[in-house]
Amino acid sequence: MKTVNEKAWFLVLPVLLLVAFSAVIPLMTVVNYSVQDSFGNNQFFWAGLLWFEEMLASDRMWNALGRQLVFSAIILAIEIPLGILVALNMPQKGFWSSFCLVAMSLPLLIPWNVVGTIWQIFGRVDIGLLGYTLDALGLDYNYTQDSLDAWITVVVMDVWHWTSLVALLAYAGLRSIPDAYYQAAKIDQASRWAVFRYIELPKMAGVLMIAILLRFMDSFMIYTEPFVLTGGGPGNATTFLSIDLVKMALGQFDLGPAAAFSLMYFLVILLISWVFYTIMTNLDARDAK
Amino acid sequence: MAQITLDDLAHSYHPNPSGPDDFALKQLDMTWRDGEAYALLGASGCGKSTLLNIISGLLHPSQGRILFGERDVTNAPTADRNIAQVFQFPVVYDTMSVRENLAFPLKNRGMAGQEIAERVQKVAAMIDMEAVLDRKARGLTADAKQKISLGRGMVREDVNALLFDEPLTVIDPHMKWELRTQLKKLHRDFGHTMIYVTHDQTEALTFADKVVVMHDGRVVQTGTPQDLFEKPAHTFVGYFIGSPGMNLFDADINGRTARIGDATLDLGRPYAASGRMQVGVRPEFVRVGTGGDGLPARIRRVEDVGRHKIVRLDVMGVETAAIVGEDATIPTDIDRVSFVPEGINVYADAWRVAPQGETP
Repeated sequence: MKTVNEKAWFLVLPVLLLVAFSAVIPLMTVVNYSVQDSFGNNQFFWAGLLWFEEMLASDRMWNALGRQLVFSAIILAIEIPLGILVALNMPQKGFWSSFCLVAMSLPLLIPWNVVGTIWQIFGRVDIGLLGYTLDALGLDYNYTQDSLDAWITVVVMDVWHWTSLVALLAYAGLRSIPDAYYQAAKIDQASRWAVFRYIELPKMAGVLMIAILLRFMDSFMIYTEPFVLTGGGPGNATTFLSIDLVKMALGQFDLGPAAAFSLMYFLVILLISWVFYTIMTNLDARDAK
Repeated sequence: MAQITLDDLAHSYHPNPSGPDDFALKQLDMTWRDGEAYALLGASGCGKSTLLNIISGLLHPSQGRILFGERDVTNAPTADRNIAQVFQFPVVYDTMSVRENLAFPLKNRGMAGQEIAERVQKVAAMIDMEAVLDRKARGLTADAKQKISLGRGMVREDVNALLFDEPLTVIDPHMKWELRTQLKKLHRDFGHTMIYVTHDQTEALTFADKVVVMHDGRVVQTGTPQDLFEKPAHTFVGYFIGSPGMNLFDADINGRTARIGDATLDLGRPYAASGRMQVGVRPEFVRVGTGGDGLPARIRRVEDVGRHKIVRLDVMGVETAAIVGEDATIPTDIDRVSFVPEGINVYADAWRVAPQGETP
């Protein structure tokens, strides 16, 4: 007969309290706002699902979501292959390997608003090295007025900032492949492409999955860098979800709609993360079989 | 297929080797005859794998040349040498099925589909994996994965040589025997030059026509299993091969006689050599007795290992083993050991000295 000591549950209490204060209570506040209307003066009125309906019908939200998805898709399509390419070409040992690792970690260490500021100045036509050079080359580049230029600048900035992360993860994956695999491939007379396709890529699958998940989540929630760089402009061209959300909540002080909006935002991220998680655990299960 | 010649070969993992200790493989001249099965035997870290990797081109030697037949392949990449090599730990291509794994070396050489299918089927039968050909390789046991590695090594018929680097380490004992038989059959059928690295002497002696014994980066002896047993060229061969290994006694040699401690021993044949002299006798050639001629001995214990008994003795402070028949009764008052003259070898500084008049 096993004795069960119910008192052990009290040991979970500290965690429960911590999570409650850090996550559950703030989230519930947002839920609270999302079903009420306020005209200031700290007076609230029941609004039911009105804000959710309004947000689902709002072009503004759908446009921001569309821009957000396009942005995430573009940077994933660039950063993942580029990161792998960089990792494949990095020196494997000695001084230059350490040097590359440190050099590549640098962008990751810079505060996000500083990244935005760097690129904001870098891209300026009058004093920025990039903007000035492009202008001198006769290219009509101006990220503050041209939507396409703004998009390109935001994407390039994100690629500069985050490709290192993918490269470092891919590099770690590559380093974990035993030499015997490369030796066997040589014996089997495999081409360089076959080595990548049948040895390196399968062995990197796990870390790449994590890289994709991290880059997707981060890019989907991106705020600081484009806010500092373009402020969401020109017009609404680079107004991504979180920028729009902050404008609505703090700029216009539309607490109800912003709360409803952020809950839906949260659910989208939760859903996509769940999909990734399921795919990854399935991969693991297949490995273990 | 061709004879493989190693000419003045040596290898060091240091960029600037300063002395012989820096060499993983010391200066070496050697010929691997076409179509023979060799076992490369030695303790871990003695340079066996280094030698193998140099032959297959995975390593570039610090000095010397490698010839396949008349062709100098020292600088040729692995792919050009057309060699099959199987490693100690299984290497499979995870995303491919077992069939695709086995077909991979053939496909890379641009062989026609029909031919590939036939070869794969044949090899699958040899490694007993026909039933799982269409399964993904990733889910299989280490055992099965190593069989796939072996299969990939055996699938090409036109290879210059087949190199095995302790391939059966991870395989369970029953399957080991089975696969070894298959390898021998493969050798009989196709006559490839085979080099089989192992540190298991039974494996080496059952597999090979010729056994190459390495010690400390050197090849100390190449010969048939019988040579290694009867005339170990180096004391290392004496104690590494055989169970238990050779007994060694420090001695002063003077022509036909050896002085061991205060006893004298008739060697049967005259020797002339200088250096640190030793007399080596395998336990199979040691006779025990009570009284009479021989060296004084004290019995320590008797081990019954099934086929025979091993008598452990103390001969003037030297731990000595003797093998006696399983049915022999061993008297408790043993105080002498004597040696069968044909079983006596003499060593100078660890290397065997041939008796005067012996034809090598």
